[in-house]
Amino acid sequence: MYTTELDKQKQPPEGANVTAIDGAEDPALVEAFEARVAADEFIEPKDWMPEAYRKTLVRQISQHAHSEIVGMLPEGNWITRAPSLRRKAILLAKVQDEGGHGLYLYCAAETLGTSREEMIEALHSGKAKYSTIFNYPTLTWADIAAIGWLVDGAAIMNQVPLQRASYGPYARAMVRVCKEESFHQRQGYEAMLVLANGTPEQKRMAQDAINRWWWPSLMMFGPPDDQSPNTERSMRWRIKRETNDELRQKFVDITVPQAEFAGLTVPDPDLSWNEAKGGYDFGEIDWEEFYAVVRGEGPVAKERMKARRDAWEDGAWVREAADAHEAKKAARKVA
Amino acid sequence: MSDWPLWEVFVRAKGGLSHRHVGSVHAPDREMALNHARDTYTRRLEGVSLWVVKSSDIVASDPDQSGPTFEPAADKVYRHPTFYEIPDEVKHI
Ligand SMILES: [Fe+2]
Ligand SMILES: [Fe+2]
Repeated sequence: MYTTELDKQKQPPEGANVTAIDGAEDPALVEAFEARVAADEFIEPKDWMPEAYRKTLVRQISQHAHSEIVGMLPEGNWITRAPSLRRKAILLAKVQDEGGHGLYLYCAAETLGTSREEMIEALHSGKAKYSTIFNYPTLTWADIAAIGWLVDGAAIMNQVPLQRASYGPYARAMVRVCKEESFHQRQGYEAMLVLANGTPEQKRMAQDAINRWWWPSLMMFGPPDDQSPNTERSMRWRIKRETNDELRQKFVDITVPQAEFAGLTVPDPDLSWNEAKGGYDFGEIDWEEFYAVVRGEGPVAKERMKARRDAWEDGAWVREAADAHEAKKAARKVA
Repeated sequence: MSDWPLWEVFVRAKGGLSHRHVGSVHAPDREMALNHARDTYTRRLEGVSLWVVKSSDIVASDPDQSGPTFEPAADKVYRHPTFYEIPDEVKHI
C-alpha cells in the first residue's frame, strides 16, 4: 500500500516543521523546485530538493516497500494449502511479484540517500510502519481470494496515480508495479467467483471473507481527508495525486458492482446508490479500529513481525554463504 | 552485516533495441547480481539480454551543470534540417 503518511506518532500540523526546515534552505532553490514540480516535471536523484520532500518520500516509499514485503506473509501461509496445483502456481507467482515490488521500492528509496540496511532495520525493530491491512488474519482459502480482489484492488487504486509522482525513480517503480498488479486482482476475483458459485459451504466461506475484509480494505486509503494533515503538501509536491477520500470513493464505486455480480453482499447496511453524485454513499468507517491497528494493535501484528524476523534470521546463512563465495573468488583472483 | 554493493540493471527488451535502465539490485558479486536482476526484473519475458554494472562505476553528469553542459546545442539551430529554406517546388529533400 499503499498509503501515505501514517505515522505512529501524530504529525505536527502542516507548516510547523516544514517552515523550520525550509527556512534553512535557499529560498531561490526552493522556489525553483516548487515551480518544476508544479509544472509536472520529474525530480531525479541528483537534483536539488528540499529536505522535507526528501524525508517525506523516504518515509512514504519505504513504508510502501515494507508493505509489499510484509504482504507476502499472509499469502505465503497459504501456498502449501492452495486447493489445486493451478492455484498454488498462481499464488507462488503473486507472492514472488510482491517480493519484487518491495525490491523496486527499496531501490527507489535508496536513491534518496537511505540504505537498505537502515530500512530493513527500521522494519524489524518495529520503528517503521507498513499497511494496516496485513495485520488481519487469513483464516480460510476465501481470504486469499478476498485479498487478491479487494486488497490488491485497493492497492491498484492507490498506485495508478503514483505513476505520475514527481519523483522519477518512484514513478518508474510504480509503472512496473502497476503492470503486475492487474493479474493479482483478477486471480483473486476469479477465485472468489469460483467459491461464490460453488457449494453452499463455499459460498458461505466467500461471504464470510468479504465480511471481514471489506472494512479493512476501505481503511487502506488512510484517514479521512480532514484528518490527513499532510495531504495538501503532498498533493502540491505531486507525491500524492488524489486524496484518500477520493480514492476510497472510486474503490467503492467500482467494487460494489463486482460483489453484486458474484452474488456477494457488501457488509454495509448504509450502502446505497446516490444518483445525484453518481456514486455510492457508504457507512462510517470505524476509525478507532484503524488507529489501533496503526499503533500496532492489529490482531496478528506480533505474529507478522516475528515471521518476518525469523525469515531474515533463518536466511542469514544464505547471505553468509554468498559473502564467503565472493571472498573466495576474490582471493583466487589475487593469487 | 552491511549492504552488498549496488548494481544497475539494464534490459534489452527484444532484438534490435538498446539496453535500457530498469532499476538496481544488491549483490555480493557479478554472477549473483545477474541472477538477482533476472529474478527481479524479467519475470515476464521483459527481455532477451541483461547487463549489470556496479553503480559506483557509473560516471554521471552533474544536474547543476546541465546548463553549461547542454546549452551549446540550443544556439546552433543550423544543426537542424528545418533551419534551411528550400523552395516548395524542390521535392525529396
Ligand atoms: Fe504489490
Ligand atoms: Fe499485488
